[in-house]
Amino acid sequence: MQLGQVGQTITEKLSKALVPHALEVIDESHLHAGHSGARPEGETHFRVKIQADAFAGKSLIQRHRMVNEVLAEELKGRVHALAISASAPKV
Amino acid sequence: MTNPINDWIGNAVKTNDVVLFMKGTPDQPQCGFSGRVVQMLDFLGVPYAGVNVLQSDDLRNGIKEYSDWPTIPQLYVKGEFVGGCDIITEMFQNGELKDTFAGSGIEVKEANATA
Repeated sequence: MQLGQVGQTITEKLSKALVPHALEVIDESHLHAGHSGARPEGETHFRVKIQADAFAGKSLIQRHRMVNEVLAEELKGRVHALAISASAPKV
Repeated sequence: MTNPINDWIGNAVKTNDVVLFMKGTPDQPQCGFSGRVVQMLDFLGVPYAGVNVLQSDDLRNGIKEYSDWPTIPQLYVKGEFVGGCDIITEMFQNGELKDTFAGSGIEVKEANATA
């Protein structure tokens, strides 16, 4: 599924801030249609798969915090749920 | 500056060994992510207190500020923030969650424990 404006912003912000080796942003809003927090216009629920050097040596909580910080604005507004899978490249 | 919600949350996580801030109740989760954490805790047979953040906007916003974590659910063990749904899932799968409870002196009564 093609990303909308919010999804593109998420992709751009994460690319710029964390310079990932791999990044996948998936809009899962359609799976949550009708659920509280979902909006008819979509782009409320996202899944992010990201691999970056910046995560090396960081705990899961620290990795998630790094992603949450980059997307703080989105999480305060439109984005209701963000599933994160953050890894460091295997050496 | 006193913040009654912050104090309330602080008291809840200090007086209960395991606290899950969630949407809905353990019996009736109102969100799939909260429901998933409930299932994992139930599987491990860990006693926990469920706090429904949908009962008050102050609580729902307050818990996000308390640990500077933007999403719900949030699991606390012995007053410490452990993680949200993704982190708990990963810890459940690799055994860390069980170790966290065991390390905190919390009894795990896994239904079909073979270890």
